[in-house]
Parts: sequence; structure tokens; C-alpha cells
Amino acid sequence: MDILVFTLLVGAGSFAAGVLGALTGLGGGSLLVTMLVLFFGVDMHYAMGASLVSVIATSSGAAAAYVREGYSNLRVGMVLETATTTGALFGAFLALYVTTGMLSLIFGLVLLYSAWVSGRPQDDSGKVDDPPDPLATKLRMDSEYPTPAGRVAYHVHNVPAGYGLMFVAGGLSGLLGIGSGAVKVLAMDQAMRLPFKVSTTTSNFMIGVTAAASAGIYLNRGYIDPGLVMPVTLGVLAGAILGAVILEKSKPNLLRKIFTLVVLALAVQMIYNGIAGKL
Amino acid sequence: MRWTDQQIEEFIGVLLRVGVTISAAVVLLGGILYLHRHGSEPVHLHIFRSEPKDLRDIVGILRDAEADRAVGIMQLGVLLLIATPIARVAFSIFAFLAVRDRFYAGVTAFVLLVLLYSITFGR
Repeated sequence: MDILVFTLLVGAGSFAAGVLGALTGLGGGSLLVTMLVLFFGVDMHYAMGASLVSVIATSSGAAAAYVREGYSNLRVGMVLETATTTGALFGAFLALYVTTGMLSLIFGLVLLYSAWVSGRPQDDSGKVDDPPDPLATKLRMDSEYPTPAGRVAYHVHNVPAGYGLMFVAGGLSGLLGIGSGAVKVLAMDQAMRLPFKVSTTTSNFMIGVTAAASAGIYLNRGYIDPGLVMPVTLGVLAGAILGAVILEKSKPNLLRKIFTLVVLALAVQMIYNGIAGKL
Repeated sequence: MRWTDQQIEEFIGVLLRVGVTISAAVVLLGGILYLHRHGSEPVHLHIFRSEPKDLRDIVGILRDAEADRAVGIMQLGVLLLIATPIARVAFSIFAFLAVRDRFYAGVTAFVLLVLLYSITFGR
């Protein structure tokens, strides 16, 4: 295959991954790495580098829109970024000592988890608003967010658990070259019990910074190949823009289910490859 | 002058949008040149060899881009993209200082240091 054909095919695949990533809010980066490795035979390290760069693009693009709507919590985001960026450095360090087969296995497990998260109901049912974590109060994290019925105040819970999970999210980002939005949402949505809109937008806001921490190291190590990054980033960005437009007009529940199945299949394949030592 | 929260958020929104747009435009420009000049060459991404030295650090990338090498221009776009969230963090320090919030300015400065370390010395 020559470079022109390869670029066009990778660009088209990345466009599709970008649309799916935007529609589901999850799995953009992990889907990309899987596609590049399984369908295009790209080495895992180059795939991780290209995915990470595209994650910065989509996260920054989406954050630009969200930040003005007033959902994201900048204080929570900034405190947790100290965990995700140091976690990313640690993960990128670990990536030097983990075999490609092992990376593939961990990747598959993260995909399985992402599929589970994207299949869960996305609302605030079952969240109890008991008194906030004293640490959150001390750090002035409690805030309010806009709803159709006016601004609603919320408390922030369990900061230490959220912080620990964020270190893990950063570690996975540095280890695998993904945004690890699924783990970030777990930390904020489940542990810290932020309203769903707040946790997804704040997570998005943080993904770009976390990915930038890993990307610096990846660049220095030579994981970032410009010829591969070009179609991946431009394709994902264009796909994410289209996905956002579709999302505004409809609630794609069927698409979400199809996506979950696709991710499950890819996860099984990556885990199999990891165990069989095929990569 | 005192910035309101609204103005700070608007500025961050503009900063991110401009950063992504410029980076994407530079990558696209480099990409067109790259396909035009190298489109018929074979792909070599199956085995990891690490990128050449000049595409791995800021000085080398700038030199390559200046020499009108397509890969250098694309990598410059990548560098601008990585710089976008870093610029956002740097601006946030200023924004927290503007509302006299020293604690959060310090937290943000720590994040900025980690990012700067990663892009310069991180291996």
C-alpha cells in the first residue's frame, strides 16, 4: 500500500471513530488505537502516539464549547489535574517496561470497561446529596450549574477516592495513549457524585491537559509519526464535529447500543491478541 | 482591571478554539505537501523504529518546518496542538491570580510545571 491510499483509508476510519466518539462521549481514543493496530497493522506505539494527539484535538475543541455554558467545575478540574498529569508521567514511564502483548491485554480490559460505562444510563438518578466532604468545602469546590429550571447548587463528595482514581486515569492515558474519559467519569460521577453534565464536561476539559502531559513524552520518545498523525487527527476532528451536530438533533440510543457491541468485539480481539502473543 | 468569571471562561473558550483551528490548518497544509511529494512511496509503520531525532524535539521540528520539509510542517502543527492545553493552563494561573486566589494559582502552576517538564525533559 502506498502512502496516499493508506492516508485516505486511515482518514476515513478516523472520521468514523470521531463520529462514534462524539455520539457516545467515550471511547474515541481507545477505538482509534484498536482500529490502527487490528485493521491497518500499525505498530502499537505509533498508534498510541497518533491517538493521543487526536484526543487533544477533540477534547480542546469540545471544551471550547462547554466552558462557556458554565457546566465545568474549574476548581475540581484543576485539583484533579495534579493527579492526572503526574499519573500520565508515571504511566508513560511504565510503558517502557510493559511488553506489547501486555499492553494489548490491558487495552482490551479498558475497552470492556468503556463499553460497560457507555451502556449505563446517563442521568443523575440514584444520587443522594448528603453533606459534602469537608475537604471539598475547604478547597471551595462546591458550586452550581445551569438547568432548565435555573441554577442548581451541588456538593462535592469523597475527594480522596476521586483523586486516587484520577491518578489511575492519568496512568492509563500515559500507558496506552488514550484520554481515559471512562475512568475520569467514574471518578467524578460515581466517587465524587457530581451531576452528570458537570462530570462529563469537566472530564472533557481535563482530558486535553492529561493527554498533553503524555504527548510531550511520546514526542521525545519518537512515538509520534507526523504522516500517521495527520489523517488520524484531521479525520477524528471532522468526525467529532459531525457527531456533535447529529447529537444536537437526536438521541442516538440505537447507535449507542451498536457502538457498545462493536467495542465489546474489539475488546475480545485485543485481549485474545494479548494472550496469544500475536502482537 | 478585574476579570469576571464570565470573561475568563469566554477567553479560555476562544483560546482553545483558535489553538485547535490553527494547529489543524498547519497539519492540513503539511499533509497536502506530504501527499503531493511522497504519496506514491510505501508505508513503513508496521515495525516501531522511533522517529528521527529532528522530529522529536522543539528545535529540530522548527528547523525542519523552516526548511520546508512536509513532515516538519505537520509535526509543527502537532506541537501547536500540544501547546494549546498548556496555554490554557498558563492562562488559568493568571486568571486565579486576578481574583486573588493564591491557593488555586499555586495548584495550577504545579500542573504547568509537570506539562513543561514532560515536553522538554520527559523520556
